[in-house]
Amino acid sequence: MTDTQTLPVFTARGLRKVYEMGEVTVEALRGVDFELYAGEFVVLLGPSGSGKSTLLNILGGLDNPTSGSVVYKDHNLTEAGDSALTEYRRTHVGFVFQFYNLIPSLTARENVALVTEIAPGSMSPEAALGLVGLAQRLDHFPAQLSGGEQQRVAIARAIAKRPDVLLCDEPTGALDITTGVVVLEAISRVNQELGTSTVVITHNAAIAGIADRVVRLSDGHVSSVDRNAKKVSVGELQW
Amino acid sequence: MVRMPAFVGTLDRKLLRDIWEMKGQALAIAAVVAAGVTMFVTYLSNFDSLQRTRAEYFDIARFADVFASLKRAPASLETRLAAIPGVERVMTRVVADVTLDVPGMSEPATGRLISLPESGTPPLNDLFLRRGRWIDPARPDEVLASEMFCEAHGFGPGDRVAALINGRRRWLTIVGVALSPEYVYAIRPGELFPDRRRFGVFWMSAAALAPAFDMDGAFNDVSIALGRGASQPEAIAEVDRLLEPYGGLGAVPQSQQISAWTLDNELNQLQMFGFLTPLIFLSVAAFILNVALTRALALQRGQIAALKALGYGNGEIAWHYTKWGLLIAAAGAMFGIAGGAWLGSGMISLYNQYFRFPILYYRMSTDVAVESLVGALVVAALGAWSAVRRAVRIPPAEAMRPEAPALYHRSLFERTLRLPMASRMVLRNLERQPVRSLISIVGIAFAVAVLFVGLSFIDVMDVLLNQQFELAMHQDATVSFVQPRSSRAVYDVLHLPGAMDLEPMRSVPVRLRSGARTRTLAITGLPERPTLNRVVTRQGEVLSLPPDGLVLSKMLGDVLHVSPGDEVQMSVLEGRRQVVDVPVRVLVDDTLGLQAYMRIDALHRLLGEGATVSGAAITVDPAAMDRFNIAVKTMPAVAGVALREVTLRNFRETMAETMNLQIFLNVLFSGVIAFGVVYNSARVSLSERSHELASLRVLGFTRAEISLILLGELAVLTLVALPVGALIGYALGWLIMQGFNNEMYRLSFTVAPSTVAWAFLVVIAAAVLSGLIVRRRLDRLDLVAVLKRRD
Repeated sequence: MTDTQTLPVFTARGLRKVYEMGEVTVEALRGVDFELYAGEFVVLLGPSGSGKSTLLNILGGLDNPTSGSVVYKDHNLTEAGDSALTEYRRTHVGFVFQFYNLIPSLTARENVALVTEIAPGSMSPEAALGLVGLAQRLDHFPAQLSGGEQQRVAIARAIAKRPDVLLCDEPTGALDITTGVVVLEAISRVNQELGTSTVVITHNAAIAGIADRVVRLSDGHVSSVDRNAKKVSVGELQW
Repeated sequence: MVRMPAFVGTLDRKLLRDIWEMKGQALAIAAVVAAGVTMFVTYLSNFDSLQRTRAEYFDIARFADVFASLKRAPASLETRLAAIPGVERVMTRVVADVTLDVPGMSEPATGRLISLPESGTPPLNDLFLRRGRWIDPARPDEVLASEMFCEAHGFGPGDRVAALINGRRRWLTIVGVALSPEYVYAIRPGELFPDRRRFGVFWMSAAALAPAFDMDGAFNDVSIALGRGASQPEAIAEVDRLLEPYGGLGAVPQSQQISAWTLDNELNQLQMFGFLTPLIFLSVAAFILNVALTRALALQRGQIAALKALGYGNGEIAWHYTKWGLLIAAAGAMFGIAGGAWLGSGMISLYNQYFRFPILYYRMSTDVAVESLVGALVVAALGAWSAVRRAVRIPPAEAMRPEAPALYHRSLFERTLRLPMASRMVLRNLERQPVRSLISIVGIAFAVAVLFVGLSFIDVMDVLLNQQFELAMHQDATVSFVQPRSSRAVYDVLHLPGAMDLEPMRSVPVRLRSGARTRTLAITGLPERPTLNRVVTRQGEVLSLPPDGLVLSKMLGDVLHVSPGDEVQMSVLEGRRQVVDVPVRVLVDDTLGLQAYMRIDALHRLLGEGATVSGAAITVDPAAMDRFNIAVKTMPAVAGVALREVTLRNFRETMAETMNLQIFLNVLFSGVIAFGVVYNSARVSLSERSHELASLRVLGFTRAEISLILLGELAVLTLVALPVGALIGYALGWLIMQGFNNEMYRLSFTVAPSTVAWAFLVVIAAAVLSGLIVRRRLDRLDLVAVLKRRD
């Protein structure tokens, strides 16, 4: 797109991740290399169990790889301690999860305020919610919002701090096509208007059309990396 | 939901709304905290108020440091006493106990007559005049009377009381109602409780009192104030040395003066209970808080992950959740402080009935309030600590994954029995979280223990009453003579109207010494196998007296370091004042005081006297009781009469008041604990199991059947907790009783089966109540909503 593409925001090399869930041991990543460039929109595609969420969590500093390295600009995330990672998440990263993970006892405005109170240089909660089209729903609790609206609050919460990176884990996974389109539009707009480097995870190949690059994961490995010659606009999506 | 003012931070808004969501549980926890803080504030504010009042009063009234009684010494000895190093002031008096004939009361009473200085007020042990005026030295029959006695009879200035002084009836006119620091707790030696109606203290002019007791120009009582830095033991030794030739009975320091000792003992108990009881309550509260918080945090797993993803650090999140516990505890503490202040002021008026000060006012100091608040917060933080730490330390990525499903195993019982499905679920769930189940059991057990200890005091008192007034004191009346008399006096007593059986007694003041250890007390000479005034052990065994030698209280044996077979040096403090070595034959584990017995004929031989008696135990025909009382009040030889029925009644009345209050509070607080623990356990269980219980409903199980599964768990916990609680309660009660083992009395811990039954019943009732409340929630389980949730 522009010459900022030549600067990788993330560089991950040889990532491996093994974790235990109850009595079961899972090898989620088996040696993954990955780059993300500034301002880029990347879709991580793959079936469930392919390691997409794990990769995203590591990029976002929510998890540490068993081996390998992740570098964000000039921060080495793999060697970072807990407080360094917390600081990193606070200022540089915005997260959107499949099940929104909003605080149910806080209103939409307060959910966003959670972030603006601790991240310097944030936009106001009202502005962030305006960006996602929820200016009329500021004082509603999550229980009073539809799934799509909740997800958009989550997006507003993620971008209010003007993060360098926006990481979205199956943002439309719990939504129907119409609402999903609205959410993807919001994400897309953020990427274009704010220039936020964006990674969206999905198992739905149809969404891949809106990305600059599509990285396919399968069984813990990167199986292919494709560049979209022609990006599709969100409105043209069908699944 | 609630609008919040702008200055409340976002996380704090979450905190307040989250607590509101679990308000039932929060309330239960706060109630337990409140109960603990109430006890703390009640006891310690009373301790504080009493102690302050005591210090001020003893200072203002110039309460003496050393007290000594003697037979008779000339007034000139006073200067030699004043010359003892360390002595700052000496006050000599005449003190005598007489029989009183109180208008409006048939039984005789005892009056302690104390002489006042010729002019001015007493230099030591000064009196506080509540009503009326000081005596006029020119009017010999004017007296100041103790306030408690006047209150009991409704007497005031102008009323009269008859005293049997020196064989003659004299009418004493009360002109003033007074208080003395010596009689803050007015009790006759040898009695358990003050008898306001039958014991009064009277102050009159020395000129009026002394001649009647052959004390002109003499004294038989000394009070001494020591200077700062003086050595008390040395001064006491000197006083004893000086008074020895005059029949000195051994000087005692202020701490052993009966009223002061009792007050100090009471203060110690207040302190002890003030710390012990709240500790139990707060520990239980910490337990419950931990369990409730653990579950709440499990439910907030996703939110914790979100907060971490947003960049909140472990410390911030931990502090946020710790505040849950702190806020609940603070709320409970506030109520507790208010409740404690209210209860405390009530308690102090109860104290005023036994301990009489010029002014006893209640003050809850800020120290006590602050201490209780801080204590509650610290305990809450401790309770929250492990729960919060565990939840917050889960790495964010793991926190976003749903919790691994609970690991179940076939429970122990199942391997041996074939159980219905519901029972299997109950047992497996209990075994799955053994620590949690154990905590709940211990919590409920503490409720049982609290009741045990609280109600057992009634049983202890019952046993004590039975021992003292049925087994030991078999007589209806104990008559003491002014002077030891020949056996002819026995004949006179036997001829009183209604007198039936009689056993003579010979009471001799002695000092017993073994090595460096001494005690001054009275030896009681009894027949070989007393049938009336009996020697009884704590276990209820009745002893006969050996042909010679001493039978001592086991406590006395311990104090003197002697065992059966050893010898003690006995110094007789009257008559010929012999000093002899006497063997100790038996040590008896008895209840009251330091007793020493000897066969009356052996005692006579030792003293080289004939068949002398100093008193008699008699049984009286109940139909002739009134006539007996009238007659004995006029017997000149009699110094005092103790009536069993009357003493017992007084005891019971005194106890009844405090007892009822104590029972009520115990039941209330124990109920709070039991309810708090069971309710929280039930709510947490319901929260964890609502998904599976709803699934069962969908499958066609009835409400009753799923109730059984949930409440069956609580029933098992409660039933297991009952015997555990009984054990803890017994151990705790026994331990506390050890504190009631001293030279004045020794109580045994005992719990009647009915008490056990009541304790169990109350706890079961509280558990059932909370079970029913939770059951209502279960009935209203929204099946569809629950099934939609992931957990």
